[in-house]
Amino acid sequence: MSEPARTAAKRARRTRAGTSGTSGSPGNPGNPAGKAADGRSGKAPGTITYREAMREAIAEAIERDERVFLMGEDVGRYGGCFAVSLGLLERFGPERIRDTPLSEAAFVGAGIGAALAGMRPIVEIMTVNFSLLALDQIVNNAATLRHMSGGQFGVPLVIRMTTGAGRQLAAQHSHSLEGWYAHVPGLRILAPATVEDARGMLWTALEDPDPVLLFEHGSLYNASGEPPAAAGPVDIDRAAVRRPGRDVTLITYGGTLPGTLAAAGRLAEDGIEAEVVDLRTLRPLDDETIMASVRRTHRVVIVDEAWRSGGLAAEVSARVTEQAFYDLDAPVERVCGAEVPTPYAAHLERAALPGPDDIAAGARRAVRNDA
Amino acid sequence: MTATGRPAERGEAGGGQWELLRGMLLIRRFEERCVELYSAAKIRGFLHLYIGEEAVAAGTLRALTAEDAVVSTYREHGHALARGVPAEAIMAEMYGRATGCSGGRGGSMHLFDAARRFYGGHAIVGGGLPVAVGLALADRMRGLDRVTACVFGDGAMAEGAFHECVNLAALWRLPVLFVCENNRYAMGTALAREHAQTDLALRASSYGVASWAVDGMDVLAVEAAARRAAEAVRWGGGPHFLEMRTYRYRAHSMYDPDLYRGKAEIEEWKKRDPIDGLVARMRAGGRITDADLESLEKEIAAEIDAAIRSAEDAPLEPVEDLTRFVYAEKAGEAGKPGKPGKAGKAVRS
Repeated sequence: MSEPARTAAKRARRTRAGTSGTSGSPGNPGNPAGKAADGRSGKAPGTITYREAMREAIAEAIERDERVFLMGEDVGRYGGCFAVSLGLLERFGPERIRDTPLSEAAFVGAGIGAALAGMRPIVEIMTVNFSLLALDQIVNNAATLRHMSGGQFGVPLVIRMTTGAGRQLAAQHSHSLEGWYAHVPGLRILAPATVEDARGMLWTALEDPDPVLLFEHGSLYNASGEPPAAAGPVDIDRAAVRRPGRDVTLITYGGTLPGTLAAAGRLAEDGIEAEVVDLRTLRPLDDETIMASVRRTHRVVIVDEAWRSGGLAAEVSARVTEQAFYDLDAPVERVCGAEVPTPYAAHLERAALPGPDDIAAGARRAVRNDA
Repeated sequence: MTATGRPAERGEAGGGQWELLRGMLLIRRFEERCVELYSAAKIRGFLHLYIGEEAVAAGTLRALTAEDAVVSTYREHGHALARGVPAEAIMAEMYGRATGCSGGRGGSMHLFDAARRFYGGHAIVGGGLPVAVGLALADRMRGLDRVTACVFGDGAMAEGAFHECVNLAALWRLPVLFVCENNRYAMGTALAREHAQTDLALRASSYGVASWAVDGMDVLAVEAAARRAAEAVRWGGGPHFLEMRTYRYRAHSMYDPDLYRGKAEIEEWKKRDPIDGLVARMRAGGRITDADLESLEKEIAAEIDAAIRSAEDAPLEPVEDLTRFVYAEKAGEAGKPGKPGKAGKAVRS
């Protein structure tokens, strides 16, 4: 594991230790609700973090369905590389919270086999970069078995992993490869960008009879928000309009949603009302919501932290061109990650990622480019 | 399986030998016909023949129960037949017909049969191993006394997946029976050219897995070893590993010109043919006559003829159904031995 990731987990533990003045298991410091107390510092009262929302979702899934278990590297004793599963081992024991060896192909494939046999595994992969070690299992097995077996076998497996840059972890821990997975029929690709989606998407994913990959952007874990009123499943078939607007549509997902909303705020100061669409599901894409927005605003900017060439932004752009070309008043803009392996140095990393300034500039180009 | 032509019961051992012989002969004759059909362009794609290795499938799978699971490779006609997948369903799959055991979407390399817990049909070398570990994990977590047999070749033992999986299975003491078919060649690369340590059982044993090398040309030895190992796995002994030392007479696939080995070597192995060997033993024990053998051959030929006729007549999967089975068509299709507490809507557009 990378040191920065380790540090994040340590920080979470320190917080836990600091708040744990009462009796109880380490992950349950005197809290009757059984929620670990880390990650709560620095957020407004009455809110929960993305990390906590995900942890609650996992805990609830395990309580709700005896077939569900969590498996991955350091999910147990360590508490999860990003402290998502902190305290769950103490609550549910090592059968349901399974630490695995550093063997992505084996434990992801084992998740596939267990799903085939009727279990509902949640497999955690530390980062999308490591998922490449299990690419064979995900693409050649999870995605294909139903079809190759003529419909006899389904793989109701959920794979969670972090994605994205912004934490100075350099190239081998920072990439956004979810678009690669979104290329593959047989998979469903989700990218929760809000606390509510972090809380609810897992439920929906576990009820899906097919393999679902959940991409959690590392920079979102400390984001906080209102706890969802109804912590039930969320509709993963629909993109969401996160901010209504009339002048330009900003399409994004996952970790770039906060920056895109910030850009929309700046644009509003200049009198440009941007509509922000959060894709939420990268496969299958919700064309309907995208095109409806394009038909309202007639201008489109696609924001994607991943590389531009051959990426998801290209796919969305092509669909807009195919389905809403005559509604466009300006060429589709793409604001994407620089075409470099993500650098370590903070200023270089920042320069490689689409920030609010870049997004706002893209939107201004689209708006100025009147037909 | 029909009992026609079966000699009068000559004791339990005799009956078992007859079934083993029938199993091996069915595989060999089935594949010999596949060669003809391939040459006649009736079946296409890659065709990997098992001829010479029949003892491994026939012996190993007899050691399993219907509740156990089997994960196989792309050279799996023998395993599928020995598991009881009907020759008709396999042949129809080779023909790409709707009645094939994978609905025409898998072909020779991807035979599946849910009812018989036959989980493929994996054409990525080593790719089936993690799946087998997961099937065993599920059994273990649910307290079922079932075995998952995973068959793979010597080539797979150079893959990282093998080492990851044997380690994981040993670490968690999962009920997996690892069956390595060491046929001495990974496609065209000889054992000594692919492995620094060619004693494969020794390598597996380094993970603390009980491992044996077995004469894979002797079906009785295969069955005995598989039975012992499967029972040990079933009763909580953790994963076991069997290296079946065997040989394929034919090339890697129908595309392979077989330039990497000498004819003499093949002839040498044929002297230890598993079918001839068993027949000789049964003859010596008075358990089979020429007439018995002849009627068995006839019975098998008739079964294969019927499979071919049936495949020829079978309908094609409609092209309109091209994109079926990419995702589940209705909620809960993936099987539901447990029950979710609160059923939500499984959303699918």
